[in-house]
Amino acid sequence: MTTTTLAGHEFHINDEGFLTVPAEWTEELGAALAAQIGISMTDAHWDVVRLLREDFAETGETATLRRISHRSGAPVKQLFTLFPQKPAKKMAYVAGLPKPHGCV
Amino acid sequence: MTTTASAAAAPAVVPSFNDPESEGRKLAIICSKGNLDMAYPALILANAALGEGVETHLFFTFWGFDMITKDTMADLKFTMLGNTATHMPQGLGGLPGMTGLATSKLKKAIAELDVPEVPEFLDQIVASGGHLWACRMSADMNHLTMDDLYDEVEDIISASDFIEKTNGAQLLFI
Repeated sequence: MTTTTLAGHEFHINDEGFLTVPAEWTEELGAALAAQIGISMTDAHWDVVRLLREDFAETGETATLRRISHRSGAPVKQLFTLFPQKPAKKMAYVAGLPKPHGCV
Repeated sequence: MTTTASAAAAPAVVPSFNDPESEGRKLAIICSKGNLDMAYPALILANAALGEGVETHLFFTFWGFDMITKDTMADLKFTMLGNTATHMPQGLGGLPGMTGLATSKLKKAIAELDVPEVPEFLDQIVASGGHLWACRMSADMNHLTMDDLYDEVEDIISASDFIEKTNGAQLLFI
């Protein structure tokens, strides 16, 4: 497994760049990961990312957009604004989680 | 591989979220069926494409009109008749109540996967930036107007208008 260092954090990643050990993630690293893909984190971004972490801790799976929208009350449209183009994957990347497996 | 953090340092790999090759990618999906089981492939693929940043247009025509007609969209049905993939004797499908039973079983299986029903799925597709278009000929044949259709349908347009709107798109006919 490849390791890499960003903002002083060393962590494991897969061949696409997603973290493979969720426990290696911190919010500081999350902000640095977001910056890598051109996102500067706001409170609204953090609400989503923290919820994604929480949901993963409970279920062991990365939540899909629909699930995040339901749980957070944030409309799907807003998720597309916060994490443009590919919201589900971008959120998962910033939150240090695997890509969601669900189709919907 | 280990890189060191500095102003210019990037992780060894950053997911290619903005792949220039997929820039401007468009998908057109023609929905021509009104069965519950034929509605979902289009909805799932449209939703997936939108989640990948692909501009997506759905064109509802012939029986596909049932997916966007207010009176029918929440009540699409699944029948075993003519569908050998259920691996049940075809005669069973013709018994009274079988279509209702098959429909409720399929709906339950879909709900268990946390996949929404058709109207809510269309809401999600529109919220994700998807475009819904109704076929002019189907509207005329069924004497339906925009008032009869799901509110988020953008317009009733001709087949040629749809082809024009989706210039350069990849196309799926379902």
